[in-house]
Amino acid sequence: MSSVVEEIRETARQLLADGKVDVVIGYEKGTLPLKATPCFVRTAQNVDKLIWDETCENNLAAFSYKIPGKKAIITKGCDSRALVVLLQENQLVKDDLYIIGVSCQGVVDKRKIENELGEIIEATITDGKISVKGMSGSGEFTFAEVKDATCQTCRYPNPVIEDIHLGGTVEVPEEAVLFADVLEMEAKSDSEREAYFGEQMDKCIRCYSCRNACPLCYCQECFVDCNTPRWLTGGVNRAENLFFQAGRVLHLAGRCVDCGTCSRACPQGVDIRALNRKMSRDVLEMYQHESGISEDVKPALNVYSGDDPEAFLVKE
Amino acid sequence: MKISKEKFGQSIDALSSDYRLIAPVSEAGGVNYKAVKNFSDVKQDYLNSKLPPKSFFFPQHEKLLSYVKNGKDVTVKNELQAEKTILFGVRPCDSKGLLLLDKVFKNDQYQDPYYYERRKNTVVIGMACKTIAPTCFCSSMGLSPASSEGADIFLIDLGDSYELEIITEKGKALLGDLGLSELSAQEQALVDAVKSAQTTSQVDVSTITEKLDKMFDNPYWENLQEKCLGCNTCSFSCPTCHCFDISEEVRQNSGSRVRTWDACMAPLFTLHGSGHNPRSTQKARWRQRMMHKFNYFVHNNGDIACVGCGRCIRSCPVNMDMRQVIDGVNKAELVVE
Repeated sequence: MSSVVEEIRETARQLLADGKVDVVIGYEKGTLPLKATPCFVRTAQNVDKLIWDETCENNLAAFSYKIPGKKAIITKGCDSRALVVLLQENQLVKDDLYIIGVSCQGVVDKRKIENELGEIIEATITDGKISVKGMSGSGEFTFAEVKDATCQTCRYPNPVIEDIHLGGTVEVPEEAVLFADVLEMEAKSDSEREAYFGEQMDKCIRCYSCRNACPLCYCQECFVDCNTPRWLTGGVNRAENLFFQAGRVLHLAGRCVDCGTCSRACPQGVDIRALNRKMSRDVLEMYQHESGISEDVKPALNVYSGDDPEAFLVKE
Repeated sequence: MKISKEKFGQSIDALSSDYRLIAPVSEAGGVNYKAVKNFSDVKQDYLNSKLPPKSFFFPQHEKLLSYVKNGKDVTVKNELQAEKTILFGVRPCDSKGLLLLDKVFKNDQYQDPYYYERRKNTVVIGMACKTIAPTCFCSSMGLSPASSEGADIFLIDLGDSYELEIITEKGKALLGDLGLSELSAQEQALVDAVKSAQTTSQVDVSTITEKLDKMFDNPYWENLQEKCLGCNTCSFSCPTCHCFDISEEVRQNSGSRVRTWDACMAPLFTLHGSGHNPRSTQKARWRQRMMHKFNYFVHNNGDIACVGCGRCIRSCPVNMDMRQVIDGVNKAELVVE
């Protein structure tokens, strides 16, 4: 067991014993290989369930406003950014929150493994190597090979707010070009992009796991569920699916923290993040705003300046 | 008895002017059932499809009727389409799933014309599983990787040929006299092995219905669902989930009445027009999911509405595992009144 896990358990034990929190929101081992699952620890005897490793893929900030009482949350970099946005948007009371910060090396993208070896039967992670027995064969991967796409471009592996930090920190690699993936997408022709996003939207089954996994999709009534007026039908086709996905991205403008949990939650493997990344880059380019970095920086949509770019309206 | 794959394929292709062929194909993100032109386009080695084939009988979004208004005249068009179809390569869990859907949509009291016509016009060719996923638990649900329940014709893959069994009159009528040959001793051994295989993952549902009779008010439901995101993934990927919503899609002078899959995990499912929601918590929704599948459905239709395909387990973003939930019901302490 890594020392961080021991520290997490000890901290959780102490917080519960001192009555500082009612619940510790963290991860426990899941029932599937390479899959941790969110867990809610309320008593000292359950503290030893808590784990922390490369399989802790959910963004626990999504539970922060759903679980009542005072709570401690195991928080990686992207989760902490979501908490900042939630605090800014008055969705959380800071006094009810105890942020247990942990630095994150990234999480495993099981799909990359399953594409090669089929459904995973068994897997072990030792010293950065992942040995997998799959339905169609066995193999070994380095963590870098199967790291989630989000984590490959992550610039905030260390929590931006925390009440306590456990374990070491992760060095942020200097990225030669920010948003290289978006630039690559922008360089494509209209028809190439249409083909790519068309194929992605064809896969969507409108299960809304992306929306529900997203820590920042907290609307009491989502526009897709609204029927007076009805913004879109339940039709599962390219146009309606894109309307949903694009609508969701627009609602996350200046808010999305690029945690990638939407793409990981998707059972169909839709590249949802590609749309979010484009939005994030536009917000950064046009408004010099990066969401969830500091509580003191007003969100882009809440700031009006006479100099705001209006290239979409008039030549500038 | 067996038939070569080549000869079997020729027989299926010969029916292509009368039947559309729906079969597993490989596409981005996994295997799914799709309309294919030729038998040679069918994917032969697949574990199971990502989504069950129920949508060919009960589409996710289906136009029931459409209408055009012209002054006071209204022209209504029935939108029912039910092409003659061969549904090839259905796994035992999914063919049993169709039998369970039959209990809802074509029973003694009620026949849903849309479902019923498609079901009537479809011949189901089942296929035994030669590989079993760690999340499969059909053996616990009264099935096995080689059970032919719900299939009209049932096949076991022998490499270059299939062991073929005609199950129903419908199946017999489809293929006619195929000129089957005997299995070799080696092939017979393979067939026996496939037929005796069991899933490695097991659950105990022997007393779950009776247990749930006494569990409507039970603390077990309190924290069970805490991590559930309330999305529709498990319901949409389930071969037996069948809840739907009927709505009107209206334009100025025309419109249609549509039926869309709905799911009990979502708050909107039970939201009344008044704003009241009788199932207002995820706790109540999870209890409903378990009660419907393992209790109400059994009382109403004599069968558990779960076939152990494991899709809900594989696709859940937070690893809610039906096997664990079943186990939890078994272990739950009853509240003495």
